[in-house]
Amino acid sequence: MATRIVELAVNGDRCEVAAPDHWTLLEVLRYRLGLTGSKQGCDKGDCGACTVLIDGEPHLSCLTLARLAAGREVTTIEGLLPAHLAAGGDGADPVQEAFDRCGALQCGFCQPGMMLSARALLNADPHPSREAIKAALAGNLCRCTGYTQILEAVEQCVAEATDARGDAN
Amino acid sequence: MGARDQHGVEPPWEDGRGERAFSVVGKRNRKVDGMAKATGAAVYADDIALPGMLHAKFVRSTKAHARILSIDASEALALEGVHAVITGKDLPINYGVIPWTPDEHALALEKVRFIGDEVAAVAAVDEETAIRAAKLVRVEYEDLPAFLDPHDALANPAPQIHATPKKPERGNVSKRVKLEFGAVDDAFEGAAAVVEADYTFHGTTHAAIEPHCAVATWSREANCDGLLTVWSSTQITHYVHRALARVLELDPARIRVVQPCLGGAFGGKSDPFGFEFCAAKLAMVTGRPVKMLLTREEVFYLHRGRHPMELRYRTAAEADGTLRGVDARILIDGGAYSSFGLVTTYYSGQLLGGPVHLPTYRFDSTRVFTNKPPCGPKRGHGSVQPRFAFEIQLDELAEKLELDPIELRRKNFQGQHVETVNGQRITSNGFLECLDAVERESGWKERRGKLPHGRGLGVAGSMYISGTNYPVYPNDMPQAGIQLKVDRSGLVTAFTGGNDIGQGSSSVVRDLVAEELGMDPAHVRVVAADTDLCPVDLGAYSSRVTFMVGNATIDAARKLRRQIVQAVAEAWEVDPQRLFMGGGKVFDLDAPEERSIPTREAFQIAEVRFDTLGATGSYNTPTLGGDYRGGTIGASPAYSFTAHAVEVSVDEETGRITVENCWIAHDCGRALNPMLVAGQMEGSAYMGLAEALFEVHDVNRFGLHSGPSLLDYRMATTVDTPELHALIVESLDPEGPYGAKEAGEGPLHPALPALSNAVFDAIGVRLRHLPFTPGRVLREIAAAREARATVGAAEGGA
Repeated sequence: MATRIVELAVNGDRCEVAAPDHWTLLEVLRYRLGLTGSKQGCDKGDCGACTVLIDGEPHLSCLTLARLAAGREVTTIEGLLPAHLAAGGDGADPVQEAFDRCGALQCGFCQPGMMLSARALLNADPHPSREAIKAALAGNLCRCTGYTQILEAVEQCVAEATDARGDAN
Repeated sequence: MGARDQHGVEPPWEDGRGERAFSVVGKRNRKVDGMAKATGAAVYADDIALPGMLHAKFVRSTKAHARILSIDASEALALEGVHAVITGKDLPINYGVIPWTPDEHALALEKVRFIGDEVAAVAAVDEETAIRAAKLVRVEYEDLPAFLDPHDALANPAPQIHATPKKPERGNVSKRVKLEFGAVDDAFEGAAAVVEADYTFHGTTHAAIEPHCAVATWSREANCDGLLTVWSSTQITHYVHRALARVLELDPARIRVVQPCLGGAFGGKSDPFGFEFCAAKLAMVTGRPVKMLLTREEVFYLHRGRHPMELRYRTAAEADGTLRGVDARILIDGGAYSSFGLVTTYYSGQLLGGPVHLPTYRFDSTRVFTNKPPCGPKRGHGSVQPRFAFEIQLDELAEKLELDPIELRRKNFQGQHVETVNGQRITSNGFLECLDAVERESGWKERRGKLPHGRGLGVAGSMYISGTNYPVYPNDMPQAGIQLKVDRSGLVTAFTGGNDIGQGSSSVVRDLVAEELGMDPAHVRVVAADTDLCPVDLGAYSSRVTFMVGNATIDAARKLRRQIVQAVAEAWEVDPQRLFMGGGKVFDLDAPEERSIPTREAFQIAEVRFDTLGATGSYNTPTLGGDYRGGTIGASPAYSFTAHAVEVSVDEETGRITVENCWIAHDCGRALNPMLVAGQMEGSAYMGLAEALFEVHDVNRFGLHSGPSLLDYRMATTVDTPELHALIVESLDPEGPYGAKEAGEGPLHPALPALSNAVFDAIGVRLRHLPFTPGRVLREIAAAREARATVGAAEGGA
C-alpha cells in the first residue's frame, strides 16, 4: 500500500494529493479533498451515484483509480455552479436549475451523478431526443422519482438551448 | 387536543370581497433544499467527518441459525490501529420498534438467526483497518437447524428461532391475526359467483441509493456527565432517541439524535438499528467520534423489506357484480426478527375495507419467523400484497360475470363519509374521479379488449392511510409538534421533528407557514429532525407527515398570526378583521394604499406588544377505529385513493412483458405542491412495476443472500421504466391541512395487480404469482395452453 503523490486537476484547480496507490478517485475526492458531493451508493459501479466528468466524459469515480485521473480535468458536482458563473452565467448550471425546477431532486443522493451524466450528454449533443436522454442516463439509478421529472428537466434544458439558438438566429 | 377541527380546506385569507385564493399552496414551488442537493452542498450522514474520527465495521454471522459458543477478539485487538471490539455482552438490553415485540439486540447475544446477523463491532483508525480487524475476530458456533421456508418454520415448532419459554406452543409463529366482520359464510352461501385462487408475493427490498450510516460522539464539553450525539440516516429520529436511551441505559436528556440529509428510505430506515447502537457505544468506549457506514451488501442483510406472502382469496358476488364477501388466508414470511411484523400482520387484512364496499370480510394471517434477513415495512407496508391478490380477484370476477372491470369497481364504490365493515371511518373519497381519469386518459372504452393480441390494458384500485392513530408506543401526547421562531429581520424559522427523507416534508412546512403569514417562502427556514432543537414528531412512516405535521404547522402559524394581526390592528386602531397578510406585507383591506407595512415591521410591532414572539402547534388524531383487538391498526384520520391503468405488450416467444404506459390517478386531498405530489405518484408506480417485473430479494438453499448488490438486485433504469402519467385528483379532506392527504405510498398499490390484469387482456393468461420474470411468464403461458387443450379435448370427446 505505497502512498504516493497524485497530481490532479479538479474543478479547475490543480492539487497534489497523497493517497495509497489503490485508492479510487471517489476516495480521494471525498476523503482527501472534502468534495463529498460525489456519492458512494454501491462502491462497485452498479448505481452511478459517483459519476464525475473526466475530460468532459462521464466516469464512475468508484471504479477509477485516482492515479488514472492524473493530468486530466476532473469535474465534480461542486464544480458546475462556479464554472457557470465564471463563464458569465447567472445562478447555477442550467442542468442544476432545471432539476430543481422540475422536482427531480427528491432525496437527491443519486442526482450529482445523474446531473453530470446529463451535463456530458448536453455538451456533446445540445438537442438529444427523449430516447437519447434515456440511453445517456441509463447508468444512473434513481430510486425516488421514477425518472419522469428527471427526463422533464433534461428536456427543459434542451428546449432552453433551442430557444437560445432561435434568439441567436 | 390538537387543532384538527379548526383549519378547514379553504385558503386562510379573505380579501375583503369574500374572495379566497392561495398564494403559495398549490404551486410548483421549488424545494427548500433543492439547490443544496443540486450543487452537492447537502450533507448526508456519510459526508460528516470529525477530527479524530474512528471507523467501525461489523463482524457478521456466517451461519443461518446457530448458537454462539465463543468470540475471541484478541487477534483483532492486537492489530495496530484497532481501538475497540464490542460484542453482544456489551449491549445486552433488547429492543424493538414495536414495544410489544422487543426481540432484537444491537449485537447477537447467544444466537445468530440469519447469515449476515451482527455479532461484533470493531472500531479502528480507518475503514481498511476495521475491515481487516473484523476478519480476525474468531467466532465459534454450534449449528442449529435453519428454516428458510415459512411452511417448514410453521410445521416445526422446534427449534424456536425466538424462544418463548412461557408459551413454547407458539413455535415459530411471530403473530397470528384472525378477524371476521359480518357473516362471511352466509355471504358465500347462495352467491351467484365465487372466484377463488392462490397468489404469491415475493420478497423485495427498498434499495435506497444511500447506504445506512451513523456518526456518534460522546462529548464531555457539552455536558460534564457526557452528551451522546448520533447523526443517523434514519426516518424515525424520535424512536431512535428512545431506543438509544433504553439500550445504552442513558438518560434520554443526555442524547441528541440528528437526521442529516437523507438519501432515500421507503421504510428501510424506520427501525432503530445495530449500527446506531454500536457507533454510539464505540464512541463512549473509545472517547472518539465513530462512524459506521454500511456497505451495499450489508444493506441487503439489514433489509426490513416487503414480506413475502402466500395468499388464498375467495370473493363472492351477486350476478350483477355486487360484492357479498371476501375470505382470505395469508401466510407471511417474516424473516429473523419481528421489526414492525405485529403491525404488518394486521395490515395484511385491515386495509381492504375500501374503495369498494365489502359487506362481509374475514382474514386469517399468520406471520412466521424464518432464518432470513428480517422483513419490515416497505412503501405500502403490509397492504400491497393483499391488494395485489384482491384486485386480481375483482378482474377475475368481472371476467366471470362479463362485466367491465372499471364498471365493477364503480358499482361497488363505498362512497364518501362512510364506515367500513371493519370499523374504519372514511371521510373524503375521490375514487370515482380516479377511475374516470384513468378510463379517459388510457382510452379504455375504445381500446380495452380490442387491442391486437399481445397488447392489453388492465385496471386496479386501492386505498391507503394518511398516518395512523396507533402511535407505536401508547401515549396521549401529540403525534406531531412544531415550533415557530420569529426574527426581527422578517425571517420565520420552523422547528419540526418531521423527517424529510426526500419526499419534501420540510418544503411543505415552509409553504404552509408562508401561506398562513402571507410571506415570501424564501423568508421561512426549516430546521428538522434534531431532537435537541425540534419538538417531537413521530417520524416519516405510515404516510403521516403531510397530514399531521401539516396540521401542526397551520396550528402554530395561526397562533402567531393572531398575535401579529392583533398588534398591528391595535397600532393602527382598526378592526383586526380589516387586516390582510399577503405578498410579504400586512395591510388594511379598506385602505391598502395608505396602511401597508412589510411583514418584518409587523413582526417588530408585535414584538413590542407581546414580547419575544414564537408559537407552538400540534396535532393529534381523533379517537378512531373499530372496537375490537387490533381495531386501531389501519385506522387513519383520512384515506387516500388510487386507480391505475396499465398498458402492456407481451412477447409470448420470450415471456418478456413491456409496460408501455401507466396512468396513475391519485386522490391526495389537496395537492399542496402538485410537483411534489406527481413525484410521489410516479416514484410509487415505478417502484411497484419494477418489483413486479425485475426485483427479487431472496436467499439460496443455504440461507445465503442470492445477490446482495444493485446489479443482481435488478432495479429499473431509465430505459426499463414506462411512460408514467400522473393524474392528480383533489377530493379536499375536511381534516387534512387545507384538505391534503397522503401521496407517498398509496399510488404504489395498484401498479402490480393492474399489470397482471393488463397481461390477461393482452394474452388471456392470469399471472397470480410474482415476480413476472420471463421464465415465469413462459411457464404460465404453457400451462394455460395445456389447460385449454385439456378442456378442448374433453369438450371434443363429449
